[in-house]
Amino acid sequence: MSADVDLWAVPLAVFAGAIRAGSPFLFVSLGECLTERGGRINLGLEGALVMGAMSAYGGAVLSGSPWLGLLAAIVAGGLLGLLHGLICSLPRVNDIAVGIGLMLLGIGLAFFLGKPFIQPRAPGLPAFELGAWSSNPLVREALRINVLFPLGLAACALMHLALTRTRWGLALRCVGDSQDTARALGLPILRLRLSATALGGALAGIGGASLSLFYPGSWNEGLSSGQGLMAVALVVFARWQPWRCLYAALLFGGAGALGPALQAAGVTGAYHLFNAAPYVLTLALMAFASERTGAPGELRLSR
Amino acid sequence: MSESRLSVSRRHFLQAVVAGSLVSLAGPWSRALAAGDKLTVGFIYVGPRDDYGYNQAHAEAAAQIRKLPGITALEEENVAETVAVQKTMESMIELDGAQLIFPTSFGYFDPHVLKVAAKYPGVRFAHCGGLWREGVHPKNTGSFFGYIDEGQYLNGVAAGHASKTRKLGFVAAKPIPQVLRNINAFTMGARSVDPSITTRVIFTGDWAMPVKEAEAANSLVDQGADVLTCHVDSPKVVVETAARRGAMVCGYHADQSALAPQAYLTGAQWNWVTPYTTLVQAAMSGAPMPNFIRGGLREGYIKTSPYGPALSAAGQAAVSATKEKMLAGALTIFKGPLADNKGRTVIAAGVELAQTDVALEAMDWLVEGVQG
Amino acid sequence: MSATSASAVAVLRAAPDPRLAAALRALAGTVGALALAALLFGAFLVAAGHDPLAVYALLWKGAFGSAFAWQNTLLRAAPLMLTALCVVLPARAGLIVIGGEGAVLMGGLAAAALGVHLGGLGGMALLPMALAGALAGGVWIGLVGLLRERRGVNEAIGSLLLAYIAAALFKHLVEGPLRDPASLNKPSTPALPDAARLGELAGSGVHAGLVIGVLACVLAHLLIHHTPWGFGLKVAGGNPRAGRMVGLPVGRLAIAACGLGGAAAGLAGMIEVAAVHGAANSALAAGYGYAGILVAFVARQQPLAILPTALLVGGVAASGGLLQRRLGLPDATVNVLQGFLFLSILVAEPLFQAVAQRIRRRRPR
Repeated sequence: MSADVDLWAVPLAVFAGAIRAGSPFLFVSLGECLTERGGRINLGLEGALVMGAMSAYGGAVLSGSPWLGLLAAIVAGGLLGLLHGLICSLPRVNDIAVGIGLMLLGIGLAFFLGKPFIQPRAPGLPAFELGAWSSNPLVREALRINVLFPLGLAACALMHLALTRTRWGLALRCVGDSQDTARALGLPILRLRLSATALGGALAGIGGASLSLFYPGSWNEGLSSGQGLMAVALVVFARWQPWRCLYAALLFGGAGALGPALQAAGVTGAYHLFNAAPYVLTLALMAFASERTGAPGELRLSR
Repeated sequence: MSESRLSVSRRHFLQAVVAGSLVSLAGPWSRALAAGDKLTVGFIYVGPRDDYGYNQAHAEAAAQIRKLPGITALEEENVAETVAVQKTMESMIELDGAQLIFPTSFGYFDPHVLKVAAKYPGVRFAHCGGLWREGVHPKNTGSFFGYIDEGQYLNGVAAGHASKTRKLGFVAAKPIPQVLRNINAFTMGARSVDPSITTRVIFTGDWAMPVKEAEAANSLVDQGADVLTCHVDSPKVVVETAARRGAMVCGYHADQSALAPQAYLTGAQWNWVTPYTTLVQAAMSGAPMPNFIRGGLREGYIKTSPYGPALSAAGQAAVSATKEKMLAGALTIFKGPLADNKGRTVIAAGVELAQTDVALEAMDWLVEGVQG
Repeated sequence: MSATSASAVAVLRAAPDPRLAAALRALAGTVGALALAALLFGAFLVAAGHDPLAVYALLWKGAFGSAFAWQNTLLRAAPLMLTALCVVLPARAGLIVIGGEGAVLMGGLAAAALGVHLGGLGGMALLPMALAGALAGGVWIGLVGLLRERRGVNEAIGSLLLAYIAAALFKHLVEGPLRDPASLNKPSTPALPDAARLGELAGSGVHAGLVIGVLACVLAHLLIHHTPWGFGLKVAGGNPRAGRMVGLPVGRLAIAACGLGGAAAGLAGMIEVAAVHGAANSALAAGYGYAGILVAFVARQQPLAILPTALLVGGVAASGGLLQRRLGLPDATVNVLQGFLFLSILVAEPLFQAVAQRIRRRRPR
């Protein structure tokens, strides 16, 4: 390694990357978390994410406002989430299978409808320049926080409060833990689940918007690298706790930034294996974290 | 400068037409193809044709060919390098009567083009890459390619004049000869301006990985690089990310200046209209298929993007001067003595490797000054 | 829609044999689902400003309209038969495996790495290659089953993670240690000798992998429906607790089903390498493993039903190019149709049953 390499830039880059690349993970894993607390798995959040990314970009191009784009992503993701909830409410329908179907449909629709938006440029979402005090460009960049990230923090807090302090949240958890109990208590099972899956889809849509309108800030067909699918793993990782979704998302974002940052600092070779590090890590954690506390009882995962 | 580019390609176009009519003495093709002045041409792309990159460069040229009289153009995008491309070629032939096919992705040639070409000896397959060899591959197939490292050398000269940190960044897909050659040419162009300049490379691992490309561009800027370029299928993300970080950028494949008007210095672009025209003219006139054609700036296979405002007048003058030398055939990029970044001599003193030299096609080293 | 299900109900009432009735019900459900998918897709096309009839005509032409179209469809269907088995067999044990792509890559890589050295074996070279491919794929998905049974790792997530890991490992090896130095700009393993290539079925333009795919589906059918092992698997998959109570090795059955499914997908990888690419390179990651999920679900996890379903899905893929060229539709049109197809299959049966029940309630017998 040559002398002018800034190895200390690696942790800074990983920190910045954790927030930049972690934002889509944060939203989609929160969406999955909420869905699963209601007792359903939605693999289709990948479809909602991609559809959200396309709708956000397309909406921003057409309207000229990134905020309207964000709204479009929320609506598109929410509709796909709602569809998941509706289909799963039919008897003897497997939620994982429905998720795969929705993923296919969501991605197909996004690619179909997104063709005209590959070329145009959309106005991006703004960022908070929290590092303006520093003269170091690295610090300034690392502290350039996109507007969606604090929104994600707020969503974490809100979801935590909703699940622990509100009637709706307690009822949803009850539905997720035991449908029989919920029925005995006379809870509106269908409505609770529909609200959770629709909100979950909307959150995944915001995750997609953060990809297309902030980072990397572009729409094309290779934009998502499976963040929506990984959400299911992240939630297991996070033990179905909103705050832990935040840590898991940051870890994943940071792990994704590690490979390029190390190469930039002169550590080369085996970059394919570095790129796979997050997946190996997740698998290892799932296999060796023995306690399965926190899993909603109705979840197919835990049986 | 766009004037000179135009005149070059026009000159070449005329050359091609003249050459085509000269050799149109009844070859085996004349019966099959010279019947009437109509030709159905198929273009096959591996990715989306509006990617601001590799596929767009081909599609832009295809759009020019489509306008020629007598031409029917067929296009298909996102065709995988599997039986899918074999069947797309066959379908264009069987159902739409294609007589000349441009399978534009490097990976299409072996085995896919070769297999279909053996089945349809009356159809011409002009593959983009450099793989056709006399005596090995059939006469109804052929390769065309461009020496785009010349454009990357010019990018390097521009970067050398624009960089203040003396550090450049290169986002690359895979460490294959074509990519290494571009990285080397870019670095050597910059070091012709200032030998203290270094280039740092990040390999993303694949041709289209937007998030990784953005992350790589950010990491390079974090490490102090202030001019970036790339060799990935769609440079859009790298160009936009670099511009957002306040770095300057050199384009690749197609013209990306619209994406970052203030940060764009210049760019290395394909000019596929030239080989396309040569091949289409030959097919229409019934001349034998030109099996192995390639060229650089001089031959009109490559062009450069217009200069952006970030490149100083002195920088523009330097790039233009280097370009004139290339157009006059007075500049050899790869000549000895040349050491790689591990200190080995890769080209001995006194040796000049012309662009046509096959040794350049097996490049597996990175030149001195490249870190990565 | 209700007319379809009403006639289905009528047929059911007329059918005397319960097994025939079950088969008919499944068939009616599938046909109804296809009709539903066609309807939804047609509505989508109209909304997008296209003529659905023109699209369907072209789909037919591109998939089944000529000898060439059939060839195209069969070629695309061949790998899907095997990758669908990678979903169907574990599904029999109650597992949803969605990472068959990883087994395709591992199987193809193993076969390519071995095949290079088998030039001297003549026609026998294909056998060890097939075994290597099946073994590599089998171990890969077997690992999914093992992680599930021994460590409680959900098989859908586990197989997906392993597919990502397989892709990285595959690229690392093909572009690094296993790379043929002569494969300059298309990093590949060394080209296979002629003995290690799988040829075409006499003059048909379709490679022999199709026969292997059909045979594998038939074998899987026999295994599942006509052997004690298959019966045990059915019990274990349907109700693991009951299975354990009657002394079935439920965990081991599930792992074995995963291993067999993985072997089928690994074989698909070997066939792609030996019949199409002639070496292992990144073109092998063409998504056949993921397309197999769609085929398996549309086939309702029945091995024999995979055959027509693979034709359907392969045919849709085969006609995608024509839709692009003739109608200017985006290539993703095919994905949209596949999405509607998948959801319709899932929705149709419960939906039709609910409708049928309502009809029955309205006209008490």
